[in-house]
Amino acid sequence: MATMAMTNMFASDQLAAVGGLRPGEVTTGTTIMAVEFDGGVIIGADSRTTTGAYIANRVTDKLTKVTEHIYCCRSGSAADTQAIADIVKYHLDFNRMEMGEEPRVHTAANVFKEMCYDHRDSLSAGIIVAGWDKRGGGQVFSVPIGGMLQRGPFAIGGSGSTYLYGYVDAMFKPDMKQEDCLKFVSNAVALAISRDGSSGGIIRMAAITKNGVERFTLTGDQLPKFYEDN
Amino acid sequence: MAACAELPAGGFVFENCQRNKFLESQGYKVPKAYKTGTTICGLVYKDGIVLGADTRATEDTIVADKNCAKIHYISSNIYCCGAGTAADTEMTTQLISSELELHRLNTGRQPRVCTANRLLKQMLFRYHGYIGAALVLGGVDSTGPHLYSIWPHGSTDKLPFVTMGSGSLAAMATFEDRYKADLSRDEAMKLVRDAICAGIFNDLGSGSNVDLCVITKDKVDYIRPYEEANKKGVRQGKYRYDRGTTVVISSEVKKVELEVIDTEVRAVPMET
Repeated sequence: MATMAMTNMFASDQLAAVGGLRPGEVTTGTTIMAVEFDGGVIIGADSRTTTGAYIANRVTDKLTKVTEHIYCCRSGSAADTQAIADIVKYHLDFNRMEMGEEPRVHTAANVFKEMCYDHRDSLSAGIIVAGWDKRGGGQVFSVPIGGMLQRGPFAIGGSGSTYLYGYVDAMFKPDMKQEDCLKFVSNAVALAISRDGSSGGIIRMAAITKNGVERFTLTGDQLPKFYEDN
Repeated sequence: MAACAELPAGGFVFENCQRNKFLESQGYKVPKAYKTGTTICGLVYKDGIVLGADTRATEDTIVADKNCAKIHYISSNIYCCGAGTAADTEMTTQLISSELELHRLNTGRQPRVCTANRLLKQMLFRYHGYIGAALVLGGVDSTGPHLYSIWPHGSTDKLPFVTMGSGSLAAMATFEDRYKADLSRDEAMKLVRDAICAGIFNDLGSGSNVDLCVITKDKVDYIRPYEEANKKGVRQGKYRYDRGTTVVISSEVKKVELEVIDTEVRAVPMET
């Protein structure tokens, strides 16, 4: 009996620690995703930041630059993910100066993972790291809450991603053209926005290739339409 | 075996957390923390920043100060509105102001708004939200006008118009309705005034006057008060009864008869 009680206490403590938000904390109840394509990666996100039921920012940019060719998509606590991104940016700037070349995406992802894993009890941050380097081309890594690191041809994250697993599994194709990939990402984020109350606003996207970064913004009137919108 | 005085360890002590959790489970109520009501806001206009604030400070349901200053000085080109715990906003802005002044002396350059923002967010993040400061930071530097909102946990947003405090919903409604890019100075001041007034009149936690701070490239106008939204009216009439309003019909002086029942003589010791 005592063991049972102990287990429950431990479980609830862990729940509170991992992904548990303190009252009044600003969260990016979010949809984020990143997809590898022919010549690089496309990253995408909605733009809603919430405190409880109030939208604190309706045009948030959750696609955060960490080096010239590496971005991260932030979900979870806004304060935690901003602080992590700032510190990782500092580490990678230092890395570039020491190594005399642009940091690799794999390196960036590992720095994110290290921070997220070491402080897993006090952080609530789900991050997707994506970018381009000359060794591996376009790459996508996912660092979910708890600090795991996993590479994949695409990654989705945030509260809105639960509505997307079926869609991305059915629609993803390796080595898409950039236009097709942008369409895929914007469709997915638009679908998540329409079903997830904590996601919304506009769609922000970026294409990261060897030529650099090209940003795209889809405002309310430009969102992809589906059967029920007509 | 010489006994050596041990220095007390610095930092927070959390040893009472477990006890408090236990007491809570036994049905004891946790004392409620004071929450301060405020309306603060700011916007970017054609050639600078307008910051606005109400002037009510509350302690629970009591208005503690009817005319307090919520727009704090950061540097000659940067100001900061504070909502939340009054002591925390005051001390936080003073500390960052001091750090920035040293930075200015060291570099010989006017401080930038993004620097102030970074110092504030890193300090607040370090304290996990226990410093209850919700800030609206605005200023003009070598790169132009900038406006940030900073939350107690250390997250920040850079936007063309922001509101904070319990009256932020009323103020944001005003901004969402009427904000547009490249407002003139007068239009901007009017809009911020209206946003703060929306907070003053529709939010119980906000009240009294409107303070404004207009920051441009080479001038700051700190207008306090900009407007007394709740001016006490001038008494229109005289509401006192004049002498003689009540007519005296008759008057009589009577002597009250007293009956002596007992007398006693007591010795009182002299004060020396």
